[in-house]
Amino acid sequence: MEKTTNITAAVDSESCGTMVPRPFIIEKIRKNTADTFTIELKAVDGGDLKFLPGQFNMLYVYGVGEIPISISGDPARPNTQVHTTRVVGNVTRALRRLEAGDTVGVRGPFGTAWPIKEAEGNDIILIAGGIGLAPLRPAIYHILEKRRKYGKAILLYGTRTPADILYIKQLEQWRSRFDFEVDVTVDRDVEGWAGFVGVVTTLIPKAPFDPLNTIALTCGPEVMMRFTVMALQQRGVPTRNIYVSMERNMKCGAGLCGHCQMGPKFVCKDGPVFTYESLKDLFNKREI
Amino acid sequence: MQSLEPYLAEHPFLKGMDRRHIELLVGCASNVRFDEGQYIFREGDESNQFYFIRHGKLALEIFCPHKGGIVVHTRTAGDVLGWSWLLPPHLRHFDCRAVDLTRAIALDGTCLREKCEQDHELGYEIMRRFAHLMESELLELRLQLLDIYGKNH
Ligand SMILES: Cc1cc2nc3c(=O)[nH]c(=O)nc-3n(C[C@H](O)[C@H](O)[C@H](O)COP(=O)(O)OP(=O)(O)OC[C@H]3O[C@@H](n4cnc5c(N)ncnc54)[C@H](O)[C@@H]3O)c2cc1C
Ligand code: FES
Repeated sequence: MEKTTNITAAVDSESCGTMVPRPFIIEKIRKNTADTFTIELKAVDGGDLKFLPGQFNMLYVYGVGEIPISISGDPARPNTQVHTTRVVGNVTRALRRLEAGDTVGVRGPFGTAWPIKEAEGNDIILIAGGIGLAPLRPAIYHILEKRRKYGKAILLYGTRTPADILYIKQLEQWRSRFDFEVDVTVDRDVEGWAGFVGVVTTLIPKAPFDPLNTIALTCGPEVMMRFTVMALQQRGVPTRNIYVSMERNMKCGAGLCGHCQMGPKFVCKDGPVFTYESLKDLFNKREI
Repeated sequence: MQSLEPYLAEHPFLKGMDRRHIELLVGCASNVRFDEGQYIFREGDESNQFYFIRHGKLALEIFCPHKGGIVVHTRTAGDVLGWSWLLPPHLRHFDCRAVDLTRAIALDGTCLREKCEQDHELGYEIMRRFAHLMESELLELRLQLLDIYGKNH
């Protein structure tokens, strides 16, 4: 259960290929919230780009720069690459300004995947904060597609306000299923919201899963993940069953440049998905 | 009438409490129900009750002029709500509104305070549990204040 699926080794032999961006056309671009948007990309050569849930692509906005963005689409549809991005700086802003029909360069997929195969036969809980729902979405597609292979399936999602909730229609659809528990909480609200208010960790003590037979996947800001891990441990989830997705600045995305180093680990190659067990000595270190 | 003892005895908040003490609590307990939208108390009201929520959802709000009621957090089935009954001046700090139809067991604060004065062992057990509740609420509030989903995290 401890190992994350690492496909980078397979990719290494083609590392020349992974260093050259492949042109993709923007099929659709739509706003999700005030500062996030989703693009759907198709390869200009018409080919697929197979990926595993949890992996990311390097997106190149020509003439501006290249950034790592998780794949947030359905792994069963490798002919479309879906990316949900929050505008924070130069490249994300430039990406937001593009339109359907424009081209971007794509390298990838890179990195380790969520342990969705290993989780079969167990309860699975996904805990997302803010934009962290995007990298978890491919895992959700997979789990719902293979629903009978899992015990309880639960998504706990926290955002700042109701206006910041990502994929709101999809969350409603998922929630209406009888076999997927979805709870959304916001940090603050001004009247009108009938859901939970409070940080996402407050949902963990009452979530209906069997701690000893649960795999937990968490993605969001590091502070949120730290407190999430504590709450999961308090519930009795073994540390080795807790997975986190890390972010660091990246350049090559392929384990070559050292930009993404976190102690002895390269986030692009050994991660972004790690078992908490393998990371716990680095997780709380300020200087890393 | 059905006794409230089995429910209280099984509540995680009271886990490990002596049967004798649970019985004392039952003497101060009553069943209550709040309709959707109903205000249970308002900021500044005298605080003489706390609740074991059995079903539904309650929102704690602070009213801000021009903004309306800002929900600080919500509490649902299994939660315990309210600790201002415990400490003087026994006044509410928030407004509390039922988001959905809510059923709860209310504990009378005056009654319980008297019992705690008479039986310090019970008082210690109650204080210990509320200290834990306050600590987790403080942590929750600190995380909210960090604005962890904001741009700088
Ligand atoms: C493996 C991986 C997967 C990622 N997946 C996604 C995703 O699915 N969606 C998404 O929106 N972002 C994702 N990111 C983050 C994304 O790569 C950065 O937001 C992006 O590189 C910022 O580039 P920029 O040029 O727009 O901003 P910059 O000019 O590089 O930075 C502008 C400001 O934003 C801050 N900043 C930069 N990166 C981040 C960050 N990751 N989080 C918070 N603040 C940041 C900087 O400190 C700076 O203050 C991922 C990162 C990694 C490593
Ligand atoms: S980004 Fe170059 S080694 Fe990770």
